[in-house]
Amino acid sequence: MSSNPASVASVDELTEQLSAHDYLADEGLATAIFLALSLERPLLLEGEAGVGKTEVAKVLARWLGGDLIRLQCYEGIDVHQAVYEWDYTRQLLHLRTAEATGAATATGADDLEGELYSERFLIRRPLLEAIAPREGERPVLLIDEVDRADDEFEAFLLEVLSEYAITVPELGRFTADQPPVVIITSNRTRDVHDALKRRALYHWVEHPDFDREVAILALKAPNVSSTLARQVAAATAEIRSYGLYKPPGVAETIDWAQALQLVGADDITVEGADSTLGALLKYREDQQRVRGVGLDEVVAKALKITG
Amino acid sequence: MTATPIETDFGFEHFAIGFVDILRRSGLVVPVGRTLTYIDALAAVGIANERDVYWAGRATLLDRPEDTLLYDAAFRYWWLQDSRALRDEAVEIETVTVAVDEEDDGTDEPDGQDGEQDHDGDIQEVRFSAAEVLSSKDFAECSEAELAEIFALMEVLSIAGPFRESRRQKRTNRRQRPDLRRTVQLALKSEGEPIRRAFVAHGERPRRIVFLLDVSGSMEAYARTLIRFVHASVIGRGRVEAFTLGTRLTRLTRELSSRNPDAALLRASAAVADWSGGTRLGESLGLFNDEWGQRGMARGAVVVILSDGWDRGDPEVMAEQMARLHRVAHSVVWVNPLKASPGYAPLAAGMAAALPHIDQFIEGHSVDSLHNLARVLLH
Repeated sequence: MSSNPASVASVDELTEQLSAHDYLADEGLATAIFLALSLERPLLLEGEAGVGKTEVAKVLARWLGGDLIRLQCYEGIDVHQAVYEWDYTRQLLHLRTAEATGAATATGADDLEGELYSERFLIRRPLLEAIAPREGERPVLLIDEVDRADDEFEAFLLEVLSEYAITVPELGRFTADQPPVVIITSNRTRDVHDALKRRALYHWVEHPDFDREVAILALKAPNVSSTLARQVAAATAEIRSYGLYKPPGVAETIDWAQALQLVGADDITVEGADSTLGALLKYREDQQRVRGVGLDEVVAKALKITG
Repeated sequence: MTATPIETDFGFEHFAIGFVDILRRSGLVVPVGRTLTYIDALAAVGIANERDVYWAGRATLLDRPEDTLLYDAAFRYWWLQDSRALRDEAVEIETVTVAVDEEDDGTDEPDGQDGEQDHDGDIQEVRFSAAEVLSSKDFAECSEAELAEIFALMEVLSIAGPFRESRRQKRTNRRQRPDLRRTVQLALKSEGEPIRRAFVAHGERPRRIVFLLDVSGSMEAYARTLIRFVHASVIGRGRVEAFTLGTRLTRLTRELSSRNPDAALLRASAAVADWSGGTRLGESLGLFNDEWGQRGMARGAVVVILSDGWDRGDPEVMAEQMARLHRVAHSVVWVNPLKASPGYAPLAAGMAAALPHIDQFIEGHSVDSLHNLARVLLH
């Protein structure tokens, strides 16, 4: 079908393509993405906040060259925020104009209604946007934090994802000529409905291991020396094991490495770590907790691991 | 469209189906559709490479991280021909099921009052009169027959509240936010004049309730009864999550969501490895906070802990984990079956450490006290 995904014949090749576009996927994630592309199934990614779930959709859009269409879920999201909405203020204006110019009586109620419910007054929300026929590469549809939406919405989502078609009663049916690449993310605050899970492929995203985090730092914070990067990765891994309220994600690690580099540290030190801890930990309780254990211990461990 | 149409050599699908069969026998639920996806996935990645085969199954056959260990063992057994891989797991699962079956013979535990070992005939009558007595009787003092009555009483218990404001909107007559969609529709009926205006307001939805049931040894007499209460709420209300605490943490929401209480309990007990084991309450609370609570499950929820508060772990851990839980939860209710005993004071180290972080401390030894719990949950 579309040229790009088919041109990748193996998981390894996909991993290379992703890393060429600045995303370092481990083998499990790479296999899941590979399969989602080849089997044309949605991919459900679960994992803690900050492990890089959303980033997967972004890198796929960069690589495949299609648009990234993002649907951020929240409680109470419904068809009108996710699929389409009519532009009511303009419709009302149109009505008043028709009335004022006398067109309302001239054209008759039926025609007037037809005018109101035409594409002219249709606002496309992300799902319709992703499915409506378009020029160029197939888009990447990111359905972010689906666990925040409620079950009613999930049922509806399932319908869209199994047929890649949407019916707007007043206008007719929209069908995707090339189904979008669909990435669904969830923080697992509740279980996503079984039916939706059955439809999708699944991958649980972990925090990156030491080597991968070092590689990510090299990629995303190239100005940080490799020694410091290794120490930061080791210290972060240690801190993640402390049972924090919000364990630092990859983005926080990158921020921290850059902060340490900015305050002029060549090596990680207790003072440096102390003054920049806010870049890594965003909750007061977490900072207290780490300081309670002792930053000197964290730093000592990091130095020991990295030699 | 599959990327690499590998010729389906004979045995290829057999391998896949055989593997799924092993998974099912180890207790994993694999719908047929997933098996088919798995076969497609194997066709796409090929079976030359162990790593690809492993991850193809992870992506298509699993849908939650808890099943990974089971999957790994089955994978070693089937694809790597490690015959020992599964046996250990399988044996463990079996002993657990046996240990937990409801058949206690009724011999070791009866009495309290003249245990009426009646056979058919008069049972009906006994039931009616027994209901009142039974509803205030301590679970630990009930005979098997009385427990059966109690279970029946418990199935009709239902929890309705508590509610919170929802962001999903509903129609209203109060003049709050205008509902433009309906206003335009109404305007069309009056030739475009928006005479009648429509409004929306926030709806209401049930707050999430999270049950944490202590299944350690000291709770044995109560846990089996309380879990029925938890089951009744899981199927009766929606937005309820259930976990057991003991030496480890086990999520039971899925197992308990079957309508048939016995089937649900059987599946639940198969999932819980530590019925009547030791107690590390603080630590398993910590696990809950790490893996579920702080990610959002406890956020804004009513957390109900059903435990006697006996904790062999460090009370400081208990205090810390309770504090963490209390910070994210809407409210924390502690149901303690011992609280009803005369002269009880929360002196157990774990209980004392937890007390400052509890909003409601109530009894939970009888059907009446559970009715009270249901009332407390309404607000």
